[in-house]
Amino acid sequence: MSKKLIAEANPLAALSPRAANAGSAKKPRQGQGYSARRGRIGLLFLAPWFVGILLLVIAPLIASAYFSLTDYDLITRPNFIGFDNYERMATDDRFWQSMKVTGTYVLFSVPFTLIASLAVAMLLKGGLKALSFFRLVFYLPSLLGASVAIAVVWRQMFSGDGLINGLLALVGIDGPAWVSNPDYSLGTVILLAIWQFGSPMVIFLAGLKQIPESLYDAAALDGASRIQVFRNVTLPLLSPVIFFNLVLGFINAFQAFTPAFIISGGSGGPADSNLFITLYLFQQGFGALDMGYAAALAWVLVIVVGLVTAVNFALQKYWVFYEDRT
Amino acid sequence: MTRTLRARRAKPRVFTYVMMVVLTIITIYPVVWMLGGSIKPADEIFSNPSPFTASPTLQNYVDGWAGAGVPFSVFLINSGIVAGLAVVGNVIACTLTAYGFARFDFRGKNVLFALVLLTVMLPKHVRLISEYIGFANIGLIDTFVPLILPHFLAIDGFFIFLLVQFIRGLPPELEEAARVDGCTEFGVFWRVVVPLLTPALVTTAILTFVQVYQDFFSQLIYLNSPENYTVPLGLRQFIDSTSSSAWGPVLAMSSVALVPVVVLFLIFQRRIIDGIATTGLKG
Repeated sequence: MSKKLIAEANPLAALSPRAANAGSAKKPRQGQGYSARRGRIGLLFLAPWFVGILLLVIAPLIASAYFSLTDYDLITRPNFIGFDNYERMATDDRFWQSMKVTGTYVLFSVPFTLIASLAVAMLLKGGLKALSFFRLVFYLPSLLGASVAIAVVWRQMFSGDGLINGLLALVGIDGPAWVSNPDYSLGTVILLAIWQFGSPMVIFLAGLKQIPESLYDAAALDGASRIQVFRNVTLPLLSPVIFFNLVLGFINAFQAFTPAFIISGGSGGPADSNLFITLYLFQQGFGALDMGYAAALAWVLVIVVGLVTAVNFALQKYWVFYEDRT
Repeated sequence: MTRTLRARRAKPRVFTYVMMVVLTIITIYPVVWMLGGSIKPADEIFSNPSPFTASPTLQNYVDGWAGAGVPFSVFLINSGIVAGLAVVGNVIACTLTAYGFARFDFRGKNVLFALVLLTVMLPKHVRLISEYIGFANIGLIDTFVPLILPHFLAIDGFFIFLLVQFIRGLPPELEEAARVDGCTEFGVFWRVVVPLLTPALVTTAILTFVQVYQDFFSQLIYLNSPENYTVPLGLRQFIDSTSSSAWGPVLAMSSVALVPVVVLFLIFQRRIIDGIATTGLKG
């Protein structure tokens, strides 16, 4: 039963076509006139949202699509130039570099963060006395990690004469200048992402708590090993939560900006090794005032995130387990 | 649970505790080191990796506070205004929206709710470029308006979702009773639902504050003059204008920047963690 709760409550499950009705309230039908009037009152409550979604989401989306087909520079009138901005990307080495950097970051930070958060959640769920203390400590980085302050600290920690090299020197290792070395710089940004494993961990812990103890007891009576229990009880019942963390992890990772900006001083360096797509579109739009090209880059980001999310949804039927649907 | 089962799980406890303590040290070290570095004399910060010093000093805070040209207090006040008003807007607008979705039936509701969830997934940059052009055309660049106004229009789908989950968990009988007693629909919302929602509203307020307080991208594009800078911009200005060796004051101001978030976290940790857990599960 609790699995069903997870499935119903999972916001992403609500989006999948098989759960098209998940959003509707279960209420006894009343008279036709009554419910229509109530419906109109409901729409009144949504009034601010309607204005927001039209003025601040849909209109800007359309406008960005239009600007991406122009050479707008904020000063002179935009000229329509067709798909020139998109064609320009094909031969723009820095664009491809930004895709490579972003892709590398996403492919390393998302899986490692998920594995770390699940592993720690599994260790914590045994009911340690100090559970709430550890949960508190491990969650803190998630709250601080997106800040400029932490990015600054990170930059200092991984600089040539920073904390990390100070620690390495204690064991006789002469470390490189991590943040200013193109081979390692992106690695430090990925580490900063993994450091924030606490947020998915908290969600995993809540998910683990919903798995009925009786299933574990039954598995234990059957003599199942720890690994068998994990594979056959924990993983399937937790899969909707893993899916949720995975999808949101990807979406957020593609939009990472602050650490790369601070660590590289806004340049995306060294040698463009921290040139995230968000940073590149910032440079193009708000540095070079090439709003047309920046809008095109932003749309590419939207399309990439949309595709990755769509692929995630398409693949979920192979591994995500919703009790009420199988 | 049976006795044998408990015995089986008792042994790995020691191992688990050791692991957790090691992980705690690794996790917390950057923050502790930052605090330690902020009170160390300049020559000591990188000569020893320990966060402790024999000769603590507050000079770094004195130097850092004025280091960006504009006193750091200006940045803190600006951030307070932006994040505070964003909280007010988000709490009002998202609560109204969530109540509309959770308790009323109307045509197209599923499609509209799917739209809410899609806004959670939409990279904000694609919106921000057009919004920036729009706000630039009506002369609102370098003001707080573009940073605050959107929050009064419920564009943060994440919180709408959080509150919908919470409202669905409330017993509808209370609202029915108020309705039978002649309460208007808005009266039901204001007198019955909002008081019951208080825990979720606290979560929304805290998480919104933290998010807006730390948001860098939009503040970076909208604010130009140092006296309008918020904390993230002030900090960035400071590191850009400081020689790379003056790390004491930089660490001191980083510590100051994190104080509001850490204090809120310590006061409201349960609410925050429960709120995060709720987003992945049920309310």
